[in-house]
Amino acid sequence: MPVAVMTPGQVVAELRPGMTIGIGGFGSRRKPMALVRAIAASDLSGLTVVSYGGPDVGLLIAAGKIRRLVTGFVTLDSIPLEPQFRHARQTGAIELTELDEGMLHWGLLAAAHRLPFLPMRAGLGSDVMRVNAQIRTVRSPYADGEEFAAVPALRLDAALVHMNRADKRGNGQYLGPDPYFDDLFCRAADRAFMSCERIVPTGELLAAGPVQSLLINRSMVHGIAETPNGAHFTSCVPDYGRDEAFQAAYAAASASSEFWQQFHETFLAGNEADYQAAVARFAAGEGERRAPAGVPS
Amino acid sequence: MTGGAPAGAPGVVPRAGTAGAPTLAEICVVACAEAWRGDGAILASPMGIIPSLGARLAQLTFEPDLMLTDGEATVLAPDADGSRVAEGWVPFREVFTVLAAGKRHIMMGASQLDQFGNQNISCIGDWSRPKTQLIGVRGAPGNTVNHPVSYWVPRHTRRVFVDQVDMVSGIGYKRAAALSPAIAGFHELRLVVTNLAVLDFGGPDHSMRLRSLHPGVSVSDVADATGFVLASPLQVPQTRLPTVAELTIIREQLDPDSRRDVELS
Repeated sequence: MPVAVMTPGQVVAELRPGMTIGIGGFGSRRKPMALVRAIAASDLSGLTVVSYGGPDVGLLIAAGKIRRLVTGFVTLDSIPLEPQFRHARQTGAIELTELDEGMLHWGLLAAAHRLPFLPMRAGLGSDVMRVNAQIRTVRSPYADGEEFAAVPALRLDAALVHMNRADKRGNGQYLGPDPYFDDLFCRAADRAFMSCERIVPTGELLAAGPVQSLLINRSMVHGIAETPNGAHFTSCVPDYGRDEAFQAAYAAASASSEFWQQFHETFLAGNEADYQAAVARFAAGEGERRAPAGVPS
Repeated sequence: MTGGAPAGAPGVVPRAGTAGAPTLAEICVVACAEAWRGDGAILASPMGIIPSLGARLAQLTFEPDLMLTDGEATVLAPDADGSRVAEGWVPFREVFTVLAAGKRHIMMGASQLDQFGNQNISCIGDWSRPKTQLIGVRGAPGNTVNHPVSYWVPRHTRRVFVDQVDMVSGIGYKRAAALSPAIAGFHELRLVVTNLAVLDFGGPDHSMRLRSLHPGVSVSDVADATGFVLASPLQVPQTRLPTVAELTIIREQLDPDSRRDVELS
């Protein structure tokens, strides 16, 4: 089946309540935020989210979409602790499967390789094994006889990732320093959806980066969406860095339900175009605050 | 007693100096640098400002083979003119391979740390409904069963140095010894550097031991700020002071804006 070019709303229409959804990126880096915002605005609920957690997790928690989170951390990087995640944990609003971040990698790799588990040392001896009674150990059948954690495959119903460039056929390219685990999220999923900064003709992909920057290929994805500034406010270098001023405003708004209501009405109540327009107004306001009076900025 | 000594309180050490005597932050930078002595060509992963300055200082002086990233995926080497140039690529997925291969020494933070080196960065209180949710276990479980780990604690108090941690993220000696011989061999907690002292796990049964005291800090200052009995030699040496050459590198090359003082304030 050919890869479909979709809107974020059409991607979300392919998802169902209760699904297990993997989200690419890492912390507050190259998150498919336009797709996340579309989920937050949808009537989906009861999701299990697998993520190297950043504001994707925070926004979905704030929207009441997450029943269970599978992660090793949630952070905004420049702001170490994610306020929505903290609040949800401290009030018991979400269930948590807390893994070592390498175990998360291994679980995705196992799922991508259609294996039930992969052995590893990480986790053994730590309370990750105490709070995850479902994780068994396995003994090496060879002479060493060593016991390992049998990290279960993290099979996903759907994966969402964001690339710098893609073509209409579903080939995706990252231009920043790190692929993160986006290819594994796609391979671990029954269906994967890729947003991108810009859709370009296939013949132009290598104008932006070397052939090994083509991380996602069309056998991995089912739909793509062109979402300019679609990773905002996380980083999407080299197209743009993290919007630190906006992220700080997000974190501050998370401090109370009153502030959050205001933030939601300003930025999240409309569609993606409304969001981007509100972000542009926010950036203009920030510019005015920084520029001395009377000096054009 | 609940609080322990405030940062740098037993005060012969100036907080910030442009010339002359080293500050507490500079003594801590050098103490952190010492953690990587002898490590050779491995990936040094410092978490925090003072550990980062320490790792770079070590690389520029006594441990030139250390590998250090820009905090993202690029490995940076010092160039002849003092600038840094890319020498390699270690994206997050490769970090997992590097750590499983044992070719790494990380200095992490610790919200809680116990006598045998169990560390917690996940949450405070009952895990099922924590009083305070922190960042999560991150890679601490995997780091501690694979390669050397050190800790940096900018505020040495009984809130950090506890009898029992709430969620074991990085594992200590007793837990490692109960696992496979391979893991027991890979497991090493090198140093714990705090604003008061340097500690290691050279006490009985690999319990935490006072290794050196920062200038102006007494054994009882550290004991008062620690929630368990610390092993301590009869004579505890003073933490090594920075050399003039090290101070020059810290002040003029690595941290002219004194970001190092922020972490201790």
